[in-house]
Amino acid sequence: MKQAELLERLKLSGFKRALWVYHLNTGGCNGCDIEVLAALTPRYDVERFGIKLVGSPRHADVLLVTGAVTRPMYERVKRIYAQTPDPKVVIAVGGCASTSGVFYDSYNILGPVDNVIPVDVYVPGCPPRPEAIIDGVVKAVVKLERLLEGKGG
Amino acid sequence: MREARLGPEEMAEKKREKTCSTCFEVPIGPVHPALKEGIRFTFWVEGEKIKKVDIRPGFMHRGIEFMGTKRNLVQLIYLAERICGICSVSHPLALVQAVEEAAGIEVPPRAQYIRVIIGELERIHSHLLWAGVAAHELGFDTLLHYVWKIREPVLDLLEDITGNRIDYAIPIYGGVRRDIPPEKYPKLKDALRYYRSLVEDLLNFFLRDPSIEARTRNIGILTREEADALCAVGPTARASGLRKDVRQDWPYFTYPDLQVRALTPEDMGLGVRGDVYDRIMVRLLEVSQSIQIIERCLEEMPDGEITSVPKVAALLAQLKKAEGEGIGRHEAPRGEVFHYIRLEADKEAPVVWKVKAPTYSNLMSWFPMFKDQEIADIPIVAASIDPCICCMDRVHIVRGEREEVVWKEELLRLSWEKTKRVASRVTRHAPWGRKG
Repeated sequence: MKQAELLERLKLSGFKRALWVYHLNTGGCNGCDIEVLAALTPRYDVERFGIKLVGSPRHADVLLVTGAVTRPMYERVKRIYAQTPDPKVVIAVGGCASTSGVFYDSYNILGPVDNVIPVDVYVPGCPPRPEAIIDGVVKAVVKLERLLEGKGG
Repeated sequence: MREARLGPEEMAEKKREKTCSTCFEVPIGPVHPALKEGIRFTFWVEGEKIKKVDIRPGFMHRGIEFMGTKRNLVQLIYLAERICGICSVSHPLALVQAVEEAAGIEVPPRAQYIRVIIGELERIHSHLLWAGVAAHELGFDTLLHYVWKIREPVLDLLEDITGNRIDYAIPIYGGVRRDIPPEKYPKLKDALRYYRSLVEDLLNFFLRDPSIEARTRNIGILTREEADALCAVGPTARASGLRKDVRQDWPYFTYPDLQVRALTPEDMGLGVRGDVYDRIMVRLLEVSQSIQIIERCLEEMPDGEITSVPKVAALLAQLKKAEGEGIGRHEAPRGEVFHYIRLEADKEAPVVWKVKAPTYSNLMSWFPMFKDQEIADIPIVAASIDPCICCMDRVHIVRGEREEVVWKEELLRLSWEKTKRVASRVTRHAPWGRKG
């Protein structure tokens, strides 16, 4: 997606704040995680739109989840979802977060993510390109805005 | 397990005996927000000094070897690729070597060269990625963004050759799936020239910056003896002065012709201390080594077939008949990847598949590295072995009855403040090797 288009959609959505994202790896292969980071660095540079990774789910508007959920992470994913303040939007990034992908038949995988917590936006791909991840985040902005309007906020 | 039979009070008593009584316990993890996978550290600290450390891995266990025994061998390549997204060609390269040994499949020379080129391109991208993370942990975010910016061209190159930025799906039993056509050579050579011009800059930024030197010299030391005893691999071992490299010790593909030598800080004309500084140095040196290897491969690469069994159906039929066992080793950016496989006739799936990733060997190096370091040094020391697992997410400090939670940001803030503190004390001097 073009950067100008992203800016336009961010403007249109009327989301007036910087969007803070908490990134959670629940047992993926790191592939999506480095693409999420690549989206933040100069080539794609989403930080100039105010989209920023934060270190705590308590500060986040958006929960960006990668990886099929492993057994030890199951409870922790739930806990982190509970720690994120409302209104919140969950993005499942990558094939294994969306559908378990290649890890579909393991004894230690309890995913995909929507088995554990409600997911609003799915970003397919193994791994998805940074453009696709940014597109997912923009869709999340639109949804978040609708949630805020619904609450009159 | 004898301890399992003890009551809870006895267990607590035993735990107290094991740890020092004046220490505070600091658990970190397992959830980490930035880059890597979950692992839990427990530090016992006395004041600012770390006295003891324990780690608990396993949060990212996906049961890949188990899944592998239920899939056919071609599907296995895709699974091996997804063991790690950063060294996503290293695992398949080790796997194809194991299966080729077990099934007795020959690989044409051109395919060997292409495998080496992709493997070395991956090393460049992985080491640059790591250098950016290291800069971030030290509080040099400008350097993080600079390094990640210059990492993009190598991903473009990999995308151009293989069709994907990550998970290239290049190796197949008996060869590779895509050729590098001669019209793509100039693009490759341009990119290599670009990186060659940047290596000197990178060395200047990282090694000749007084603040980085102050933050990394004599921090997280792993001596040669410790590295040997703990079986460290890859740049972690080489930074401690061990000339250990699968490409040198057990050459495969075209590496015997390329005469790769394991690099240690001695190659920079400096003494070996085995600290974080040395580990940065070795990785940056390896970037320029990889450039040389790819350049030589491009020159020497012969024409010809890229796979000995072009049809997948024929390949699967041949593999189904195969019986035997094989091992494959590959020097991944982080160290030695080892795959073992056992095939039985009339079975599509392997009977046994065993994988040993480099971080598995390097985890133990953390114990001597963390000893007597400060809490603010935790991020850079943990990152210095380039773990595929890492988590500075939150620190949970337990002081007697009182509990406080310190988030990862707090830990990073501590690290950054220390950089500022030491930077104000170091004397500035002009970077070496810069004219004018």
